Amino acid sequence: MAERKTLNESLRERGVSRRGFLKFCTVTASLMALPPSMAPAIAAALERARRPSVIWLSFQECTGCTESLTRSFSPTVEDLILDVISLDYHHTLQAAAGHQAEAAREQAMKDNHGEYILIVDGSLPGPDMNPGYSTIAGISNYQMLMEGVAGAKAVVAVGTCAAFGGLPAAGPNPTGAVAVMDLVKDKPVINVSGCPPIPEVITGVLAHYLVFGTPPELDEYNRPKVFFGQSIHDRCYRRPFYDKGLFAETFDDEGARKGWCLYRLGCKGPSTYNACATMRWNSGTSWPVESGHPCLGCSEPRFWDAGGFYEPLSTPLIAEGPTVAVAGFAGAVAGGALAAMAKKATAAAVAQRQPVKVEELEQSLEGQP
Amino acid sequence: MSGLSKIGVIVEDDGIGPAEWGNALPILHQVRHALRKLRETGEPTLIDLRAMPFGPGDEERLVGLLGRGEVEARVEALGPTRIWETAYPGVWLVDHRNAQDERRALHIEVSTIPAILRSQDEDIADALIRLDACIASDSGAAYPSPTDV
Repeated sequence: MAERKTLNESLRERGVSRRGFLKFCTVTASLMALPPSMAPAIAAALERARRPSVIWLSFQECTGCTESLTRSFSPTVEDLILDVISLDYHHTLQAAAGHQAEAAREQAMKDNHGEYILIVDGSLPGPDMNPGYSTIAGISNYQMLMEGVAGAKAVVAVGTCAAFGGLPAAGPNPTGAVAVMDLVKDKPVINVSGCPPIPEVITGVLAHYLVFGTPPELDEYNRPKVFFGQSIHDRCYRRPFYDKGLFAETFDDEGARKGWCLYRLGCKGPSTYNACATMRWNSGTSWPVESGHPCLGCSEPRFWDAGGFYEPLSTPLIAEGPTVAVAGFAGAVAGGALAAMAKKATAAAVAQRQPVKVEELEQSLEGQP
Repeated sequence: MSGLSKIGVIVEDDGIGPAEWGNALPILHQVRHALRKLRETGEPTLIDLRAMPFGPGDEERLVGLLGRGEVEARVEALGPTRIWETAYPGVWLVDHRNAQDERRALHIEVSTIPAILRSQDEDIADALIRLDACIASDSGAAYPSPTDV
C-alpha cells in the first residue's frame, strides 16, 4: 500500500498557504471544542498525521445521521476533513453498488487491517435474533459488524441508534435491536449520540482521531467529554430563568414570549448531555430551545421510551405540581438531583432491556380485534 | 408563488421586546483581564465565542459594545477572514469564514497583532523560490541585463 500523504502535504498540493493551514487548524480547534490556543499544537500534529481509512456501515437507521453529516459541510472547511480521510465504504455516498461495493469494503479492510476507523450508524438485531430483519448483500448486520470490527483500530457509533439502540430498540423492540457497544468488547467504542448528532460533533471526533490518533476522553456512556461533558441545562442561556423559577407554562403564554425556561413544557435539558447549547445547528444559526421548543433528550439512552416529550422531567420520577415548582425554585441543586435520578432510571432500564421476538409480537397482535 | 402569499400575516407588538440575556458583560470582564495580562506580560489571549452559551442577540450586543477601531483587514485563505481592531486597542475580532462566506469561527484575540496577519516562514520560503523563478524567466525577455547597457 502506498504511504498516505500528510494533511499538510495534501493541503499544500491544493495551493493552500501556510496561513490557510493555520486557519484550518484554528477552525479545527473550535470544531473539536478545544481552546483556540491549541491551534499550534493541532498544526504540529496534523503536519505528521496521515490520511486514515474510514469504513462506514449503516444498519437499522433512517440515514438522518448521514444527512446531518453531509449538510454540515458541503462544501465548507470541514469537507477538507472528508477529503483528507479516505472514506473507502459508505452505502449512501459511494458510487459503487452491489458486488463492487462489497468488494471495495473487503479491499479497504484488507489494505488497512488494524488501522482503519469503523463508523457505524444504526442499531442491529442481536446475534440471537433472526438475521433477516436487516441484511446487506445477504450478510447479516451482526456478521458485517464483527468482520469490520476485527481489523478496526477503533469503532465510532454515530447516532443514538448505534450508540444506545435508539428508535429500533424502543419498546417493544420487535427486532431485538442492540447497540454497537453491546456487541463490541475488544475495541474502543466511541459513542457520538444524538438523533441525529450535531454534524460538527461527528467531524470533531474524526478530527480528534486525525490530530491525536487516539480516542478522546470518554464519559460513562463512551461519549467524548469535550462535547458531552456538560448538560444542556448547565449551558442553556435560559438557565437564569430556571434559577429564578420563571417558566413558560404553554407555548404561547407570556413566559414563552419572554423566553423563560421550558422545564415545565417537558425540557429534558437537565438530564441530557450534548453540545447543542453552544455549537447550535445549521451553521450555528439556532437550536431547539432557542426556537422555543424543549430539549427532547435525544442524545441519552432510551429517550424514546423515557415518558412523554412534553411531560416535565420530574413527573414520572418524583411528583407533580408543587414538587416541580419547588424544584424550580431550588435551582441548580434540584436540577442536578433530577438529572442524577433520570440517569439512574435510564441505566436501570438499559440493564433490564428485554428484546421482544416477532413470534411474541404476532401472538399479541392475534389477540387484538 | 403558491396561495400562501394571500394569507395575511399580522405581527403583534405586545411591547415585551427582546429579552436581556446578560451574557455580554461577563465576556467584557474576561476581555479586560486578558488586556491587562497583555499589557503586563505581553501574553496574548484567544477567546472562542462559539463556545459561549449565548442567547439571541448576545453576540450582537457584545460586538456592538466593543465597537470599531482604526484597523480593518481581510485575509483570503480557505475563504475570507475579516479582522478588525475594536474601539479598545489590543482587542481584535477575527471572523473566520469559508468559501461560501459562512462563519466557521469567531474569536476575540487580545494581542498586539492577530496571528493570522503575520507572514509565515513556510510561505516566505515559497515566495523566495517563486520570486527567483520569476526573475530567471523574466530577466532575458523584458529587461535588459546590466551587461547590455
